[in-house]
This record gives sequence, structure tokens and C-alpha cells, in this order.
Amino acid sequence: MATNVAASRLEGTGANALELEGVGRRFGALTALSGINMRIAAGERRAVLGSNGAGKTTLFNTITGDFNPTSGTIRFFGEDITTLAAHERIRRGLRRTYQISQLFTNLTVLESVYLACRGVSRRRFSLLRPRASDGAMAQAESIVHAVHLDDDREVMVGTLSHGQQRQLEIALALAGAPRFILFDEPAAGLSPTERRDLIAILNALPRHIGYIIIEHDLDVALRVSEYVSMMHNGTLFTEGTPEEIENDPAVQEIYLGGGHG
Amino acid sequence: MSDISHPPRDGATPGKGWFESVGIGHLLLGFFLLVYPAMASDFFLTQIGGYSLILGMIALSLMLLAGYGGMVSLAQITVAGAAGYVVAIFGENNSGVYGFGWPWWVYGPLAILIASFASALIGWIAVRTEGIYTIMITLAVATACFYFAQQNYALFNGFPGYNGLRAPEVFGLNWRDPVPFYYLCLANAVVAYVAVLYGARSTFGLTLQAIRDNQRRMRSIGFDVTAHKVFAWWLAGLIAGAAGILLVWFNGRISPGTIAVGPSINILVIAIIGGLRHPIGPFLGAVIVTLMQTFAIDIIGAERFNTLIGMVFLVIVLISPDGILGLWERFKPRAGAEDWRSSLGTSAGKVENQGRKT
Ligand SMILES: Nc1ncnc2c1ncn2[C@@H]1O[C@H](COP(=O)(O)OP(=O)(O)OP(=O)(O)O)[C@@H](O)[C@H]1O
Ligand SMILES: [Mg+2]
Repeated sequence: MATNVAASRLEGTGANALELEGVGRRFGALTALSGINMRIAAGERRAVLGSNGAGKTTLFNTITGDFNPTSGTIRFFGEDITTLAAHERIRRGLRRTYQISQLFTNLTVLESVYLACRGVSRRRFSLLRPRASDGAMAQAESIVHAVHLDDDREVMVGTLSHGQQRQLEIALALAGAPRFILFDEPAAGLSPTERRDLIAILNALPRHIGYIIIEHDLDVALRVSEYVSMMHNGTLFTEGTPEEIENDPAVQEIYLGGGHG
Repeated sequence: MSDISHPPRDGATPGKGWFESVGIGHLLLGFFLLVYPAMASDFFLTQIGGYSLILGMIALSLMLLAGYGGMVSLAQITVAGAAGYVVAIFGENNSGVYGFGWPWWVYGPLAILIASFASALIGWIAVRTEGIYTIMITLAVATACFYFAQQNYALFNGFPGYNGLRAPEVFGLNWRDPVPFYYLCLANAVVAYVAVLYGARSTFGLTLQAIRDNQRRMRSIGFDVTAHKVFAWWLAGLIAGAAGILLVWFNGRISPGTIAVGPSINILVIAIIGGLRHPIGPFLGAVIVTLMQTFAIDIIGAERFNTLIGMVFLVIVLISPDGILGLWERFKPRAGAEDWRSSLGTSAGKVENQGRKT
């Protein structure tokens, strides 16, 4: 499996879900990202590791268009999306979750997921109330089920527990027909049981859906990904299979030894 | 202003038919409003009833933007005024300027259309800002429009504005007469109110509330946030525009004074006093402010009147950030409360009782 992925990675054909060339981002004098080159094949599942402040979230933000990179090019399934508006990228099949949950406090769980389904469909605008027969509502219900939030579907999002909010974050990323998902530390703050649920959800995703997962917990990362990128100080430090990364002395020193709170 | 409370709602899941969801509260209120002309004098019918409904509609357009969209606008009277000037220019006036004398069924829709696009334009400028900055920029727009109307004689006839505007005679009824005019205002207010109540739980209504809660997330589930916000402004413009026509028919005139800063803040005061939790709030606020304007002036004099309004405003906001609606929530008679709330289609009780399941 890992070798297949590595092989398709090296070909660099149009089959790539994501191609980053020289992507950089500065905040004033601070260089949060620089010279990131990355190729991720369609359906590939990648983990990104790196200490606090390494630029992982910033990398996600430039890919999804939460803000644009200050240099470089980003291609999504062959299309240059470097300066495309965020919502346009989402409509092309890109999805993301946030490290700090970004949810609709005063909507119910089901309404939130329903909107996510509407947002990526062509019928995202309607002055009518949603009907039970609505396709988006049906999809929302099945997604709510998939992330184990059935019992809380009518609950206001603001009153959910932290773990439930993290599950809802994932639910929002599953709406429509995602082609590639960026998970920003989905396991942070979860209990061991919730972690097991999360791993099950990720492993149950259809094979054609690729993703990048940022994860501090190496155990989780290695169980849901087949290839690993290491970031350090805004650069891609090294890439490899989970075994290669685990046994790389430089990685040991920077990441595993360095500690990250 | 940033912590205006948000309208509570039922879940999106459909269930109740329209008839059950109308509720006893609405039926009682509707009945009272229908028979009100039988017990009210002409003065109470027009100066209190009609005027409250008109102000309530303008405040409702603000409630739509602020309560559901999180955008507090001080330019709603400006939008209403735009419709008023269209009526003066394309309808009849006796100021000797313009007054093309078009029929009401042409200038009426035209006025609403122009007002709605003016509103969308203001919205398009304002959506780049958030919170207090939205208030400031809409205040700036309202002020600029006021001065422009005052100094421009070519289009707005400057300081005097236009006089002699009157509701037309249609179906053999003179719509200026107190009873027809009251029912005209009532019909418009009911249409606007029901539309907002229904729309709050439409897909667009949910979209707007979600944008209020978290714009960034809305973008990353595929929504064009700016377009949806501007559309909300356009919708609010429809309501404010219709109210603007009624307002100039009520006043018989329009001048820069109609769209001055004072009246524009008055609309905000009405909406806040009434409460932004539910579309009934702006109408409650309008009745209270209208009654105070009418009677308090006689008792304490015009000079102290603004002080009084200001104090009532302060007290209500301090006791209850949700305005009168919030006061009711707090001091309601326990037993009747559930009925009242469910009858108005809110789910405050439901949310409270639901608690959190773990
Ligand atoms: N919007 C911003 N404005 C200014 N500086 C920023 C911004 N976002 C990130 N940074 C800076 O960029 C650097 C990289 O931050 P980033 O959030 O990408 O790190 P990270 O790898 O996700 O870290 P963590 O593991 O803590 O989530 C940090 O120094 C951070 O302070
Ligand atoms: Mg981060």
C-alpha cells in the first residue's frame, strides 16, 4: 500500500489531488511557511506532524483559502486554486475541519449538517423551509448518524460537549461529495473512547476520499495514514512512510525529543 | 450592542402543519387587531394604530438584519425614505416639482424596488465591516443621505421636500380615511411579519443565522457569505420600502427631516425596546414608543421627552437585554408562559428544557 502511494506520488501526473509548489506565507516579519512543495495523490491519506508553531495550520489555511499564500502555487486536481475564493474551493470537493471548532452555536446539530450539505450542492439557496423529503436533509441525517450524533441531532450546538463538537466538525467536512479533506488535529482533547471512534470514522471513509491529518499523537497518526510529512519552522523537513519517520534520528530529535506540551 | 441576543428557533425538522403552528396567541392578537377599528377613535386608529404598524415594519426590517444576520443597521429609515421620495416624484405632489402623476400600482412597486436596491447597495458597502463598525458605516450612510437630500434641489427638492402626498382612491375606497388606512397598514405589517416568521426557518433563514454565528465556517462549507448578506439587505429593503410608502401617505409629505439621524436612531430604539428575539418585538416597541411620543409629550413637554425615551430605553436594556420580549420571559405568569411562547412559534422553552444530553 505504502509503496503504491509513494510510486504514484513520484509520477506527478494530473491524478494528484493536491500539488503545492513553493508555497509560502508571511505575517509581517514572521515567515510562517516557506517553500513548501507537496504532491498528494488522489485517495492518498497523509499525516502532517510537527511541533507547535511549525506552520501546519497555516498550511491548511492557504490550501483552503482562509487566507492566501504570499508565494507559490496550489493545484487541486490539476486546477490552479491559489487565489480562488474559499467557498469556491469547497464547491470543488475540498473540505476541512478546524483545530479550534468553528461551529454555529445557535443552530441545532442537524441544521448545521443540513446547511453543510446545501452549501456544496447547487441548490444552496432557497426561501422555503426544508422538507422531510429534502435530499440534503436525508444526507444530513445519514452523516449525523455516521459521526454518532443521532441522539443530539435536535440539540443546540452551543450546548454540546467538547467531544461532540469535534465530531460535528468532522460531520461538516463529510457533506456532499468530498474529494479531499484536511483534518486539523481532530483528536485533540478527546477521551480514549472518543479517539477510538474517530479512528473508526476515518478508516470507514470511502477509499477514493484522500485526506491530510494533522496529529500530535503519533499513535493516532500512524493508524490512519500511509505516508507522513514532517514540518519544522515553516518548512517541510522530511517525508516518508510511518516506519521511516519513526526511525529517523533527526525526527526523533526535533519532534519526539523536543516535546510539545 | 455586540451581544444582542439571537432569536431562538425550532429545529429545521418539519412536523407541525401550518394551522397548529399558528397558535392561540396569534389568533387572539389577530382578532384584536381586526376588531380594533370598532373600538378605537379615528385618532387612535391612525396616529397610534397605523403609525405603530408602519414604524414596526421599519423596525422589523432592522430586526431581520440584526437578530438573524447580526448586522445592526442605522440606515433603515433611509431606505424607507428612498421609497417615500419615489412616491413623491413619480406620484402626485403639490410642491410643483416633478409629480409625474403615475398610478399607484406603478409607482408603488417601483418605490419598493428602488428602496430594496438602495438597501442592497448600503448592505454591499456595510458587509465588509462587523459589529460596531456596521453601525458606524450605516450611520455615516444615513447622515450622508440626509445632507444630500437637504442640499439637492434637482431631485429631492432640498429642505422643504415634497408635500401633498396622499394615498390613492381604489375600489371606491379612499385609502386615506382612517379605517381603510389602518387596514392597509395592518395588511402590509401582517404580510411582512408572517414572511419573516416563516423565512426565519427557511433554508435562507438558517443560512443567515449561521453566517451570524460563524462566517468563516460558512465559507468553508461552500457558502458565498457576502452574497447571502447582501440578499438579506435586499429583503429588508422590501419591508422598509413598503413601510416607507405608507409613511409618506401617513405624513402627507416627505422631507429630509423624515430621514434625519434622529428618526434613524428612533428605529433602533424601537427595535431594542421591543426585542430582537422575535419579529413581534419591533411591533411591541413601536406601540410603546408611539404611545409615549403621543402622550408623554403632553404631560412632560417636548423638551424632556427625549430624556424620558432615553431613560425607558436604558432601564429596559439594563433589566433585559432582550427588550420587552425578554421582560416577558422573565416575569411571565408561569402557567400561561408555555402557551404564549409556543403560540408565537419560538422554542425558547424547548431549548431551556432540553438541556444537554451526554
Ligand atoms: N493569522 C495569523 N497572524 C499572525 N501570525 C500567525 C497567524 N496564524 C499563524 N501565525 C503564526 O504562524 C506560525 C505558525 O502557526 P500555525 O498555527 O500554522 O502552527 P501549527 O503548526 O498549526 O501549530 P500548533 O501545533 O500549535 O497548532 C506561528 O508562529 C503563529 O504564531
Ligand atoms: Mg495548528
